[in-house]
Amino acid sequence: MTTYSRTRAGRIGKYIALGLYVLFLAAPLFWLVSVSFKSNAELFDLTQSWIPRDPTLDNFIVIFDEFPLVTSLLNSLIVSTASAAGSVLLGTPIAYVMARQRSLITKGTTAWILGSQMLPFITILVPLFLLIIRLGLYDTREALILVYIVWSLPFAVWMLRNYIRSIPVELEQAAALDRANSFQIMFRIIGPLALPGLIVAFLFAFIQAWNEFFFALVIIKNPDLAPLSLMLVRFIGNDAGVRMGPLAAASLLSAIPNLILFAFLQRRLVQGLLGGSVRG
Amino acid sequence: MSQTVQAGRLGRVRDREVTVVSPWIVVPALLPVIVFSVYPLLQGIYLGFTDAQSGAVGSAEFNGLDNYLQLLHSPHFWDSFRVGAVWGFGVTVLQFFASLGLALLLNADLRFRWLARTLAIAPWAMPPVVVGYTWRLVYAENGLLNSTLSAVGIDTGNTGWLSSDFWALPAVIVVGVWAGMPQTTVVLLAGLQSVPHELKEAAMLDGAGPLRVFAAVTWPHLRAIALAIATLDFIWIFNSFGLVYVLTAGGPGGSTRLPMLFAYSEAFTYGNYGVGAAIGNVLTIITAVVVIAFLALSFRGDKR
Repeated sequence: MTTYSRTRAGRIGKYIALGLYVLFLAAPLFWLVSVSFKSNAELFDLTQSWIPRDPTLDNFIVIFDEFPLVTSLLNSLIVSTASAAGSVLLGTPIAYVMARQRSLITKGTTAWILGSQMLPFITILVPLFLLIIRLGLYDTREALILVYIVWSLPFAVWMLRNYIRSIPVELEQAAALDRANSFQIMFRIIGPLALPGLIVAFLFAFIQAWNEFFFALVIIKNPDLAPLSLMLVRFIGNDAGVRMGPLAAASLLSAIPNLILFAFLQRRLVQGLLGGSVRG
Repeated sequence: MSQTVQAGRLGRVRDREVTVVSPWIVVPALLPVIVFSVYPLLQGIYLGFTDAQSGAVGSAEFNGLDNYLQLLHSPHFWDSFRVGAVWGFGVTVLQFFASLGLALLLNADLRFRWLARTLAIAPWAMPPVVVGYTWRLVYAENGLLNSTLSAVGIDTGNTGWLSSDFWALPAVIVVGVWAGMPQTTVVLLAGLQSVPHELKEAAMLDGAGPLRVFAAVTWPHLRAIALAIATLDFIWIFNSFGLVYVLTAGGPGGSTRLPMLFAYSEAFTYGNYGVGAAIGNVLTIITAVVVIAFLALSFRGDKR
Protein backbone atom coordinates (compact mmCIF):
# COMPACT_ATOMS: atom_id res chain seq x y z
CA MET A 1 0.00 0.00 0.00
CA THR A 2 1.14 3.49 -0.74
CA THR A 3 0.52 6.33 1.61
CA TYR A 4 0.50 10.03 1.09
CA SER A 5 1.86 10.71 4.52
CA ARG A 6 5.56 10.68 3.99
CA THR A 7 6.12 12.92 6.96
CA ARG A 8 5.68 11.88 10.52
CA ALA A 9 3.61 14.96 11.33
CA GLY A 10 1.23 14.19 8.51
CA ARG A 11 0.70 10.72 9.85
CA ILE A 12 0.02 11.88 13.37
CA GLY A 13 -2.40 14.45 12.00
CA LYS A 14 -4.28 11.68 10.23
CA TYR A 15 -4.58 9.63 13.41
CA ILE A 16 -5.90 12.65 15.27
CA ALA A 17 -8.47 13.27 12.53
CA LEU A 18 -9.51 9.62 12.57
CA GLY A 19 -9.81 9.77 16.35
CA LEU A 20 -12.09 12.79 16.15
CA TYR A 21 -14.29 11.03 13.62
CA VAL A 22 -14.52 7.97 15.84
CA LEU A 23 -15.43 10.18 18.78
CA PHE A 24 -18.14 12.00 16.84
CA LEU A 25 -19.65 8.80 15.46
CA ALA A 26 -19.40 6.69 18.58
CA ALA A 27 -20.08 9.09 21.45
CA PRO A 28 -23.88 9.31 20.93
CA LEU A 29 -24.15 5.53 20.70
CA PHE A 30 -22.02 5.10 23.80
CA TRP A 31 -24.21 7.63 25.59
CA LEU A 32 -27.37 5.75 24.61
CA VAL A 33 -25.99 2.56 26.12
CA SER A 34 -24.72 4.40 29.18
CA VAL A 35 -28.04 6.15 29.90
CA SER A 36 -29.98 2.91 29.52
CA PHE A 37 -27.99 1.41 32.42
CA LYS A 38 -28.24 4.41 34.73
CA SER A 39 -30.55 4.50 37.70
CA ASN A 40 -33.40 6.96 37.81
CA ALA A 41 -31.77 8.81 40.70
CA GLU A 42 -28.53 9.23 38.83
CA LEU A 43 -30.33 10.57 35.77
CA PHE A 44 -31.59 13.50 37.81
CA ASP A 45 -28.04 14.68 38.52
CA LEU A 46 -27.23 18.01 36.94
CA THR A 47 -24.17 16.65 35.20
CA GLN A 48 -23.85 13.08 34.10
CA SER A 49 -20.82 10.86 33.97
CA TRP A 50 -19.92 8.85 30.87
CA ILE A 51 -20.00 5.58 32.80
CA PRO A 52 -23.00 4.74 35.01
CA ARG A 53 -22.09 4.98 38.72
CA ASP A 54 -23.87 1.80 39.65
CA PRO A 55 -25.24 0.10 36.54
CA THR A 56 -28.77 -1.28 36.83
CA LEU A 57 -31.21 -3.20 34.65
CA ASP A 58 -34.19 -1.29 36.08
CA ASN A 59 -34.86 0.58 32.84
CA PHE A 60 -35.16 -2.62 30.87
CA ILE A 61 -37.52 -4.09 33.46
CA VAL A 62 -39.61 -0.92 33.40
CA ILE A 63 -40.07 -0.91 29.63
CA PHE A 64 -41.26 -4.50 29.60
CA ASP A 65 -43.56 -3.91 32.57
CA GLU A 66 -45.11 -0.60 31.68
CA PHE A 67 -45.09 -0.43 27.90
CA PRO A 68 -46.50 -2.74 25.22
CA LEU A 69 -42.98 -3.50 24.07
CA VAL A 70 -43.56 -7.17 23.27
CA THR A 71 -46.74 -6.41 21.35
CA SER A 72 -45.08 -3.74 19.27
CA LEU A 73 -42.06 -5.93 18.70
CA LEU A 74 -44.37 -8.60 17.31
CA ASN A 75 -46.18 -6.02 15.20
CA SER A 76 -42.90 -4.83 13.74
CA LEU A 77 -41.86 -8.42 13.03
CA ILE A 78 -45.15 -9.31 11.31
CA VAL A 79 -45.31 -6.16 9.24
CA SER A 80 -41.63 -6.17 8.25
CA THR A 81 -41.55 -9.87 7.35
CA ALA A 82 -44.79 -9.81 5.35
CA SER A 83 -43.89 -6.66 3.47
CA ALA A 84 -40.36 -7.81 2.71
CA ALA A 85 -41.72 -11.11 1.37
CA GLY A 86 -44.28 -9.25 -0.75
CA SER A 87 -41.68 -6.87 -2.04
CA VAL A 88 -39.38 -9.68 -3.22
CA LEU A 89 -42.27 -11.67 -4.66
CA LEU A 90 -43.52 -8.74 -6.73
CA GLY A 91 -40.08 -7.35 -7.42
CA THR A 92 -38.60 -10.49 -8.97
CA PRO A 93 -40.71 -10.64 -12.16
CA ILE A 94 -40.34 -6.89 -12.68
CA ALA A 95 -36.59 -7.06 -12.16
CA TYR A 96 -36.32 -10.11 -14.40
CA VAL A 97 -38.02 -8.43 -17.32
CA MET A 98 -36.03 -5.24 -16.75
CA ALA A 99 -32.79 -7.18 -16.70
CA ARG A 100 -33.48 -8.95 -19.93
CA GLN A 101 -35.21 -6.58 -22.28
CA ARG A 102 -36.13 -3.08 -23.18
CA SER A 103 -39.73 -2.33 -23.99
CA LEU A 104 -42.49 0.10 -23.21
CA ILE A 105 -43.15 -1.73 -19.96
CA THR A 106 -39.56 -1.53 -18.75
CA LYS A 107 -39.35 2.14 -19.73
CA GLY A 108 -42.54 2.88 -17.85
CA THR A 109 -41.22 0.98 -14.85
CA THR A 110 -37.99 2.96 -14.97
CA ALA A 111 -39.96 6.19 -14.96
CA TRP A 112 -41.94 4.93 -11.98
CA ILE A 113 -38.81 3.93 -10.02
CA LEU A 114 -37.24 7.34 -10.56
CA GLY A 115 -40.49 9.22 -9.97
CA SER A 116 -41.25 7.44 -6.74
CA GLN A 117 -37.77 8.32 -5.46
CA MET A 118 -37.95 11.96 -6.46
CA LEU A 119 -41.37 12.91 -5.19
CA PRO A 120 -41.61 13.88 -1.56
CA PHE A 121 -43.30 11.42 0.72
CA ILE A 122 -46.17 13.78 1.49
CA THR A 123 -47.28 13.66 -2.16
CA ILE A 124 -48.06 9.98 -1.89
CA LEU A 125 -48.97 10.00 1.80
CA VAL A 126 -52.18 12.01 1.52
CA PRO A 127 -53.78 10.10 -1.39
CA LEU A 128 -52.61 6.77 -0.03
CA PHE A 129 -54.15 7.64 3.32
CA LEU A 130 -57.45 8.41 1.58
CA LEU A 131 -57.23 5.20 -0.45
CA ILE A 132 -56.57 3.15 2.68
CA ILE A 133 -59.64 4.64 4.33
CA ARG A 134 -61.78 3.94 1.27
CA LEU A 135 -60.62 0.32 1.24
CA GLY A 136 -61.60 -0.01 4.90
CA LEU A 137 -58.01 -0.69 5.90
CA TYR A 138 -57.47 2.29 8.17
CA ASP A 139 -55.83 1.31 11.45
CA THR A 140 -54.84 -2.21 10.32
CA ARG A 141 -51.54 -3.99 9.95
CA GLU A 142 -52.60 -4.98 6.43
CA ALA A 143 -52.51 -1.33 5.41
CA LEU A 144 -48.95 -0.97 6.66
CA ILE A 145 -47.90 -4.15 4.88
CA LEU A 146 -49.39 -2.99 1.57
CA VAL A 147 -47.84 0.43 1.85
CA TYR A 148 -44.42 -0.90 2.78
CA ILE A 149 -44.40 -3.41 -0.07
CA VAL A 150 -44.95 -0.66 -2.59
CA TRP A 151 -42.57 1.62 -0.78
CA SER A 152 -39.62 -0.77 -0.74
CA LEU A 153 -40.31 -2.19 -4.20
CA PRO A 154 -38.30 0.31 -6.29
CA PHE A 155 -35.07 -0.42 -4.47
CA ALA A 156 -35.73 -4.16 -4.47
CA VAL A 157 -36.35 -4.10 -8.22
CA TRP A 158 -33.21 -2.10 -8.82
CA MET A 159 -31.03 -4.47 -6.79
CA LEU A 160 -32.56 -7.63 -8.24
CA ARG A 161 -32.27 -6.30 -11.76
CA ASN A 162 -28.54 -5.85 -11.29
CA TYR A 163 -28.26 -9.28 -9.78
CA ILE A 164 -30.24 -11.09 -12.48
CA ARG A 165 -28.22 -9.38 -15.19
CA SER A 166 -25.15 -11.22 -13.97
CA ILE A 167 -26.84 -14.59 -14.59
CA PRO A 168 -25.98 -15.97 -18.05
CA VAL A 169 -28.92 -15.92 -20.42
CA GLU A 170 -27.94 -19.27 -22.01
CA LEU A 171 -29.62 -21.30 -19.28
CA GLU A 172 -32.92 -19.65 -20.01
CA GLN A 173 -32.50 -20.22 -23.71
CA ALA A 174 -31.91 -23.90 -23.11
CA ALA A 175 -35.01 -24.08 -20.93
CA ALA A 176 -37.01 -22.25 -23.57
CA LEU A 177 -35.97 -24.84 -26.13
CA ASP A 178 -37.42 -27.42 -23.75
CA ARG A 179 -40.67 -25.45 -23.98
CA ALA A 180 -40.64 -24.04 -20.48
CA ASN A 181 -42.75 -20.92 -20.25
CA SER A 182 -41.63 -17.62 -18.73
CA PHE A 183 -43.08 -18.35 -15.30
CA GLN A 184 -41.43 -21.75 -15.15
CA ILE A 185 -38.11 -20.26 -16.19
CA MET A 186 -38.43 -17.57 -13.56
CA PHE A 187 -39.28 -19.95 -10.72
CA ARG A 188 -37.06 -22.90 -11.66
CA ILE A 189 -33.99 -21.19 -13.08
CA ILE A 190 -33.78 -17.52 -12.20
CA GLY A 191 -35.21 -17.95 -8.71
CA PRO A 192 -32.64 -20.46 -7.41
CA LEU A 193 -29.72 -18.75 -9.16
CA ALA A 194 -30.70 -15.34 -7.85
CA LEU A 195 -31.28 -16.63 -4.33
CA PRO A 196 -28.45 -14.64 -2.68
CA GLY A 197 -29.79 -11.49 -4.35
CA LEU A 198 -33.32 -12.32 -3.23
CA ILE A 199 -32.19 -12.74 0.36
CA VAL A 200 -30.38 -9.41 0.35
CA ALA A 201 -33.38 -7.66 -1.20
CA PHE A 202 -35.60 -9.27 1.43
CA LEU A 203 -33.41 -8.11 4.30
CA PHE A 204 -33.25 -4.56 3.00
CA ALA A 205 -36.98 -4.37 2.59
CA PHE A 206 -37.23 -5.75 6.11
CA ILE A 207 -34.98 -3.05 7.54
CA GLN A 208 -36.84 -0.34 5.65
CA ALA A 209 -40.16 -1.47 7.05
CA TRP A 210 -38.67 -1.82 10.51
CA ASN A 211 -37.40 1.77 10.40
CA GLU A 212 -40.46 3.39 8.90
CA PHE A 213 -42.38 5.81 11.01
CA PHE A 214 -44.27 8.41 8.97
CA PHE A 215 -46.92 6.04 7.57
CA ALA A 216 -47.40 4.26 10.86
CA LEU A 217 -47.98 7.63 12.50
CA VAL A 218 -50.75 8.47 10.06
CA ILE A 219 -52.38 5.06 9.61
CA ILE A 220 -52.24 3.36 13.02
CA LYS A 221 -54.30 4.63 15.93
CA ASN A 222 -54.82 1.43 17.91
CA PRO A 223 -51.93 1.03 20.41
CA ASP A 224 -52.14 -2.77 20.06
CA LEU A 225 -51.19 -2.48 16.40
CA ALA A 226 -48.37 0.03 16.73
CA PRO A 227 -44.96 -1.03 15.42
CA LEU A 228 -41.88 -0.32 17.50
CA SER A 229 -40.97 3.12 16.17
CA LEU A 230 -44.51 4.37 16.67
CA MET A 231 -44.73 2.85 20.14
CA LEU A 232 -41.49 4.62 21.05
CA VAL A 233 -42.88 7.97 19.99
CA ARG A 234 -46.40 7.56 21.37
CA PHE A 235 -45.62 6.09 24.77
CA ILE A 236 -42.08 6.49 25.87
CA GLY A 237 -41.19 9.62 23.92
CA ASN A 238 -44.04 11.56 25.47
CA ASP A 239 -42.27 11.92 28.77
CA ALA A 240 -38.78 11.71 27.35
CA GLY A 241 -37.66 14.68 29.41
CA VAL A 242 -38.48 13.00 32.70
CA ARG A 243 -37.85 9.39 31.96
CA MET A 244 -34.65 9.19 29.99
CA GLY A 245 -33.66 5.75 31.26
CA PRO A 246 -36.59 3.75 29.87
CA LEU A 247 -36.42 5.78 26.66
CA ALA A 248 -32.77 4.87 26.17
CA ALA A 249 -33.39 1.20 26.98
CA ALA A 250 -36.29 0.92 24.54
CA SER A 251 -34.41 2.79 21.81
CA LEU A 252 -31.43 0.53 22.23
CA LEU A 253 -33.53 -2.62 22.03
CA SER A 254 -35.33 -1.50 18.88
CA ALA A 255 -32.05 -0.78 17.10
CA ILE A 256 -30.45 -4.14 17.84
CA PRO A 257 -32.05 -6.26 15.08
CA ASN A 258 -30.94 -3.69 12.51
CA LEU A 259 -27.42 -3.49 13.83
CA ILE A 260 -27.09 -7.25 13.51
CA LEU A 261 -28.54 -7.37 9.99
CA PHE A 262 -26.37 -4.48 8.91
CA ALA A 263 -23.20 -6.16 10.03
CA PHE A 264 -23.94 -8.84 7.43
CA LEU A 265 -25.29 -6.64 4.69
CA GLN A 266 -23.00 -3.66 4.56
CA ARG A 267 -21.04 -4.69 1.50
CA ARG A 268 -24.09 -5.81 -0.41
CA LEU A 269 -25.81 -2.52 0.18
CA VAL A 270 -23.00 -0.60 -1.44
CA GLN A 271 -23.17 -2.82 -4.48
CA GLY A 272 -26.93 -2.35 -4.60
CA LEU A 273 -26.59 1.41 -4.37
CA LEU A 274 -23.95 1.65 -7.04
CA GLY A 275 -25.76 -0.57 -9.45
CA GLY A 276 -22.86 -2.95 -9.82
CA SER A 277 -20.69 -0.35 -11.53
CA VAL A 278 -18.20 -0.20 -8.69
CA ARG A 279 -16.98 -3.08 -6.64
CA GLY A 280 -17.52 -2.26 -2.98
CA MET B 1 -32.56 4.24 2.03
CA SER B 2 -34.61 3.07 -0.87
CA GLN B 3 -32.73 4.90 -3.53
CA THR B 4 -30.63 4.27 -6.54
CA VAL B 5 -27.50 5.81 -7.88
CA GLN B 6 -26.77 6.32 -11.53
CA ALA B 7 -30.31 6.67 -12.63
CA GLY B 8 -29.27 7.60 -16.11
CA ARG B 9 -28.02 4.11 -16.80
CA LEU B 10 -31.28 2.50 -15.94
CA GLY B 11 -32.94 0.69 -18.78
CA ARG B 12 -29.92 0.50 -21.03
CA VAL B 13 -29.78 -3.21 -21.56
CA ARG B 14 -26.98 -4.55 -23.68
CA ASP B 15 -28.09 -6.30 -26.83
CA ARG B 16 -28.88 -9.86 -26.01
CA GLU B 17 -28.79 -12.43 -28.75
CA VAL B 18 -32.12 -13.90 -27.78
CA THR B 19 -34.56 -12.85 -25.11
CA VAL B 20 -36.80 -15.63 -23.99
CA VAL B 21 -38.78 -13.93 -21.26
CA SER B 22 -42.27 -12.73 -22.06
CA PRO B 23 -42.87 -9.20 -20.76
CA TRP B 24 -46.37 -10.24 -19.69
CA ILE B 25 -45.12 -11.96 -16.55
CA VAL B 26 -44.82 -8.53 -14.92
CA VAL B 27 -48.54 -7.83 -15.17
CA PRO B 28 -49.57 -9.47 -11.87
CA ALA B 29 -46.76 -7.59 -10.14
CA LEU B 30 -47.48 -4.27 -11.77
CA LEU B 31 -51.15 -4.24 -10.79
CA PRO B 32 -50.53 -3.52 -7.08
CA VAL B 33 -47.82 -1.06 -8.11
CA ILE B 34 -50.30 0.86 -10.20
CA VAL B 35 -53.03 0.80 -7.56
CA PHE B 36 -50.84 1.66 -4.56
CA SER B 37 -48.04 3.69 -6.10
CA VAL B 38 -48.64 5.15 -9.54
CA TYR B 39 -52.26 6.09 -8.95
CA PRO B 40 -51.65 7.71 -5.53
CA LEU B 41 -48.63 9.58 -6.89
CA LEU B 42 -50.65 11.05 -9.73
CA GLN B 43 -53.62 11.72 -7.48
CA GLY B 44 -51.30 13.37 -4.97
CA ILE B 45 -50.11 15.78 -7.63
CA TYR B 46 -53.71 16.48 -8.62
CA LEU B 47 -54.90 16.96 -5.00
CA GLY B 48 -52.51 19.88 -4.79
CA PHE B 49 -54.80 21.73 -7.18
CA THR B 50 -57.99 21.06 -5.23
CA ASP B 51 -59.61 22.25 -2.01
CA ALA B 52 -59.72 18.72 -0.57
CA GLN B 53 -60.31 18.74 3.18
CA SER B 54 -60.72 16.20 5.91
CA GLY B 55 -64.32 15.02 6.01
CA ALA B 56 -65.15 16.51 2.62
CA VAL B 57 -62.83 14.68 0.27
CA GLY B 58 -65.65 13.49 -1.96
CA SER B 59 -66.69 17.04 -2.72
CA ALA B 60 -63.16 18.31 -3.39
CA GLU B 61 -63.09 20.70 -6.30
CA PHE B 62 -60.39 21.84 -8.63
CA ASN B 63 -59.28 25.29 -7.53
CA GLY B 64 -56.35 25.92 -9.82
CA LEU B 65 -53.55 27.84 -8.21
CA ASP B 66 -55.48 28.93 -5.09
CA ASN B 67 -53.42 26.72 -2.77
CA TYR B 68 -50.19 28.11 -4.16
CA LEU B 69 -51.35 31.72 -3.85
CA GLN B 70 -52.33 30.98 -0.28
CA LEU B 71 -48.87 29.54 0.40
CA LEU B 72 -47.24 32.52 -1.29
CA HIS B 73 -48.91 34.80 1.23
CA SER B 74 -48.30 32.58 4.24
CA PRO B 75 -45.38 33.68 6.43
CA HIS B 76 -45.37 30.19 7.99
CA PHE B 77 -44.68 28.66 4.62
CA TRP B 78 -41.80 31.04 3.91
CA ASP B 79 -40.37 30.42 7.36
CA SER B 80 -40.42 26.69 6.86
CA PHE B 81 -39.09 27.15 3.36
CA ARG B 82 -36.11 29.09 4.74
CA VAL B 83 -35.53 26.46 7.44
CA GLY B 84 -35.76 23.76 4.78
CA ALA B 85 -33.19 25.50 2.58
CA VAL B 86 -30.70 25.94 5.44
CA TRP B 87 -31.25 22.34 6.49
CA GLY B 88 -31.14 20.89 2.97
CA PHE B 89 -28.00 22.65 1.78
CA GLY B 90 -26.34 22.77 5.20
CA VAL B 91 -26.60 19.05 5.80
CA THR B 92 -25.75 18.09 2.22
CA VAL B 93 -22.59 20.22 2.08
CA LEU B 94 -21.32 19.47 5.60
CA GLN B 95 -22.08 15.80 5.21
CA PHE B 96 -20.30 15.65 1.89
CA PHE B 97 -17.06 17.16 3.16
CA ALA B 98 -17.14 15.26 6.45
CA SER B 99 -17.71 12.00 4.55
CA LEU B 100 -15.04 12.76 1.98
CA GLY B 101 -12.52 13.39 4.76
CA LEU B 102 -13.43 10.16 6.50
CA ALA B 103 -13.40 8.18 3.26
CA LEU B 104 -9.89 9.49 2.46
CA LEU B 105 -8.70 8.48 5.92
CA LEU B 106 -10.29 5.05 5.62
CA ASN B 107 -8.62 4.63 2.24
CA ALA B 108 -5.20 5.44 3.68
CA ASP B 109 -3.00 2.84 5.30
CA LEU B 110 -3.79 3.55 8.93
CA ARG B 111 -4.10 1.30 11.92
CA PHE B 112 -7.49 1.09 13.68
CA ARG B 113 -9.33 2.08 10.55
CA TRP B 114 -11.44 -1.08 10.88
CA LEU B 115 -12.78 0.48 14.08
CA ALA B 116 -13.70 3.72 12.36
CA ARG B 117 -15.17 1.78 9.47
CA THR B 118 -17.38 -0.32 11.74
CA LEU B 119 -18.49 2.70 13.74
CA ALA B 120 -19.10 4.69 10.59
CA ILE B 121 -21.80 2.24 9.59
CA ALA B 122 -23.62 2.01 12.90
CA PRO B 123 -25.73 5.18 12.57
CA TRP B 124 -26.90 3.89 9.21
CA ALA B 125 -28.40 0.81 10.81
CA MET B 126 -30.39 2.75 13.37
CA PRO B 127 -34.04 3.62 12.81
CA PRO B 128 -34.45 7.41 12.39
CA VAL B 129 -36.69 7.50 15.44
CA VAL B 130 -33.95 5.92 17.55
CA VAL B 131 -31.37 8.33 16.13
CA GLY B 132 -33.67 11.17 17.14
CA TYR B 133 -34.01 9.96 20.72
CA THR B 134 -30.30 9.18 21.02
CA TRP B 135 -29.47 12.77 20.16
CA ARG B 136 -32.17 14.14 22.40
CA LEU B 137 -30.31 12.44 25.24
CA VAL B 138 -27.06 13.97 23.99
CA TYR B 139 -28.54 17.47 23.80
CA ALA B 140 -30.55 17.26 27.03
CA GLU B 141 -29.95 19.78 29.81
CA ASN B 142 -27.79 17.25 31.66
CA GLY B 143 -26.95 15.28 28.51
CA LEU B 144 -23.63 14.26 27.02
CA LEU B 145 -22.80 17.64 25.52
CA ASN B 146 -23.48 19.82 28.55
CA SER B 147 -21.98 17.28 30.96
CA THR B 148 -18.79 17.04 28.93
CA LEU B 149 -18.53 20.80 28.50
CA SER B 150 -18.94 21.39 32.22
CA ALA B 151 -16.38 18.68 32.96
CA VAL B 152 -13.80 20.71 31.05
CA GLY B 153 -14.92 23.86 32.82
CA ILE B 154 -17.30 25.39 30.32
CA ASP B 155 -20.65 26.22 31.85
CA THR B 156 -23.06 26.87 29.03
CA GLY B 157 -25.93 27.68 31.37
CA ASN B 158 -27.86 25.92 28.66
CA THR B 159 -31.32 24.52 29.31
CA GLY B 160 -30.96 22.00 26.53
CA TRP B 161 -29.73 22.67 23.02
CA LEU B 162 -32.93 21.69 21.27
CA SER B 163 -35.05 24.16 23.20
CA SER B 164 -32.88 27.13 22.27
CA ASP B 165 -34.22 29.32 19.47
CA PHE B 166 -30.70 29.92 18.25
CA TRP B 167 -29.09 26.49 18.70
CA ALA B 168 -31.95 24.18 17.74
CA LEU B 169 -31.40 24.36 13.97
CA PRO B 170 -27.59 23.95 14.07
CA ALA B 171 -28.04 21.10 16.56
CA VAL B 172 -30.53 19.37 14.29
CA ILE B 173 -28.22 19.85 11.29
CA VAL B 174 -25.41 18.08 13.18
CA VAL B 175 -27.73 15.12 13.72
CA GLY B 176 -28.61 15.11 10.02
CA VAL B 177 -24.91 14.98 9.14
CA TRP B 178 -24.30 12.21 11.66
CA ALA B 179 -27.18 10.09 10.44
CA GLY B 180 -26.35 10.40 6.73
CA MET B 181 -22.57 10.23 6.89
CA PRO B 182 -22.24 6.42 6.77
CA GLN B 183 -23.96 6.03 3.45
CA THR B 184 -22.06 8.87 1.83
CA THR B 185 -18.75 7.71 3.27
CA VAL B 186 -19.19 4.14 2.11
CA VAL B 187 -20.13 5.22 -1.40
CA LEU B 188 -17.22 7.68 -1.63
CA LEU B 189 -14.87 5.03 -0.26
CA ALA B 190 -15.98 2.62 -2.97
CA GLY B 191 -15.27 5.38 -5.47
CA LEU B 192 -11.82 6.03 -4.01
CA GLN B 193 -10.95 2.36 -4.19
CA SER B 194 -11.64 2.39 -7.91
CA VAL B 195 -8.88 4.97 -8.48
CA PRO B 196 -5.90 3.14 -10.03
CA HIS B 197 -2.95 2.99 -7.68
CA GLU B 198 -0.40 3.29 -10.48
CA LEU B 199 -1.67 6.74 -11.36
CA LYS B 200 -1.29 8.00 -7.81
CA GLU B 201 2.17 6.51 -7.55
CA ALA B 202 3.22 7.99 -10.85
CA ALA B 203 2.01 11.41 -9.76
CA MET B 204 3.89 11.12 -6.48
CA LEU B 205 7.06 10.04 -8.22
CA ASP B 206 6.75 13.21 -10.28
CA GLY B 207 6.91 15.10 -7.01
CA ALA B 208 3.22 15.94 -6.60
CA GLY B 209 2.10 16.61 -3.00
CA PRO B 210 -1.03 15.05 -1.50
CA LEU B 211 -3.26 17.96 -2.50
CA ARG B 212 -1.98 17.93 -6.03
CA VAL B 213 -2.50 14.17 -6.28
CA PHE B 214 -6.03 14.57 -5.04
CA ALA B 215 -6.83 17.37 -7.50
CA ALA B 216 -5.14 15.83 -10.52
CA VAL B 217 -5.75 12.11 -10.07
CA THR B 218 -8.28 11.25 -7.40
CA TRP B 219 -10.97 13.88 -7.93
CA PRO B 220 -11.42 13.34 -11.69
CA HIS B 221 -12.10 9.67 -10.93
CA LEU B 222 -14.36 10.41 -8.02
CA ARG B 223 -16.30 13.26 -9.53
CA ALA B 224 -19.20 11.33 -11.09
CA ILE B 225 -19.89 9.27 -7.98
CA ALA B 226 -19.46 12.29 -5.72
CA LEU B 227 -22.03 14.30 -7.66
CA ALA B 228 -24.45 11.37 -7.79
CA ILE B 229 -24.34 10.74 -4.05
CA ALA B 230 -24.54 14.45 -3.23
CA THR B 231 -27.65 14.74 -5.41
CA LEU B 232 -29.28 11.76 -3.75
CA ASP B 233 -28.30 13.02 -0.31
CA PHE B 234 -30.00 16.31 -1.03
CA ILE B 235 -33.23 14.57 -2.05
CA TRP B 236 -33.23 12.36 1.05
CA ILE B 237 -32.32 15.15 3.41
CA PHE B 238 -34.76 17.66 1.97
CA ASN B 239 -37.59 15.13 2.24
CA SER B 240 -36.78 13.74 5.66
CA PHE B 241 -39.39 13.80 8.37
CA GLY B 242 -39.06 11.24 11.17
CA LEU B 243 -35.72 12.45 12.50
CA VAL B 244 -36.70 16.07 13.07
CA TYR B 245 -40.22 15.12 14.13
CA VAL B 246 -38.69 13.18 17.02
CA LEU B 247 -35.95 15.70 17.79
CA THR B 248 -37.96 18.91 18.00
CA ALA B 249 -41.31 18.40 16.25
CA GLY B 250 -40.46 21.64 14.46
CA GLY B 251 -39.91 23.73 17.58
CA PRO B 252 -39.00 25.85 19.36
CA GLY B 253 -41.22 28.46 17.80
CA GLY B 254 -41.01 26.88 14.36
CA SER B 255 -37.23 27.34 14.19
CA THR B 256 -36.76 23.77 12.91
CA ARG B 257 -40.07 23.34 11.10
CA LEU B 258 -38.98 21.73 7.85
CA PRO B 259 -41.35 21.93 4.86
CA MET B 260 -42.29 18.28 5.39
CA LEU B 261 -43.32 18.96 8.97
CA PHE B 262 -45.28 21.96 7.78
CA ALA B 263 -47.00 19.84 5.12
CA TYR B 264 -47.74 17.14 7.68
CA SER B 265 -49.42 19.51 10.09
CA GLU B 266 -51.40 21.21 7.30
CA ALA B 267 -52.66 17.85 6.04
CA PHE B 268 -53.09 15.80 9.18
CA THR B 269 -53.43 18.27 12.05
CA TYR B 270 -55.65 20.77 10.25
CA GLY B 271 -57.08 18.38 7.67
CA ASN B 272 -56.20 20.60 4.69
CA TYR B 273 -55.29 17.78 2.30
CA GLY B 274 -55.23 20.06 -0.70
CA VAL B 275 -52.74 22.48 0.85
CA GLY B 276 -50.59 19.62 2.16
CA ALA B 277 -50.45 18.09 -1.32
CA ALA B 278 -49.68 21.51 -2.80
CA ILE B 279 -46.64 21.84 -0.53
CA GLY B 280 -45.59 18.40 -1.78
CA ASN B 281 -45.79 19.68 -5.36
CA VAL B 282 -43.72 22.75 -4.52
CA LEU B 283 -41.08 20.53 -2.88
CA THR B 284 -41.07 18.31 -5.97
CA ILE B 285 -40.34 21.27 -8.20
CA ILE B 286 -37.56 22.51 -5.90
CA THR B 287 -36.02 19.03 -5.80
CA ALA B 288 -36.24 18.75 -9.58
CA VAL B 289 -34.52 22.13 -10.05
CA VAL B 290 -31.68 21.16 -7.73
CA VAL B 291 -31.27 17.76 -9.38
CA ILE B 292 -31.17 19.33 -12.84
CA ALA B 293 -28.56 21.81 -11.62
CA PHE B 294 -26.44 18.95 -10.28
CA LEU B 295 -26.80 16.99 -13.50
CA ALA B 296 -25.87 20.03 -15.57
CA LEU B 297 -22.80 20.41 -13.39
CA SER B 298 -21.72 16.82 -13.94
CA PHE B 299 -22.31 16.97 -17.70
CA ARG B 300 -20.27 20.13 -17.96
CA GLY B 301 -17.49 18.32 -16.16
CA ASP B 302 -17.70 15.38 -18.54
CA LYS B 303 -17.17 17.55 -21.59
CA ARG B 304 -13.92 18.99 -20.37
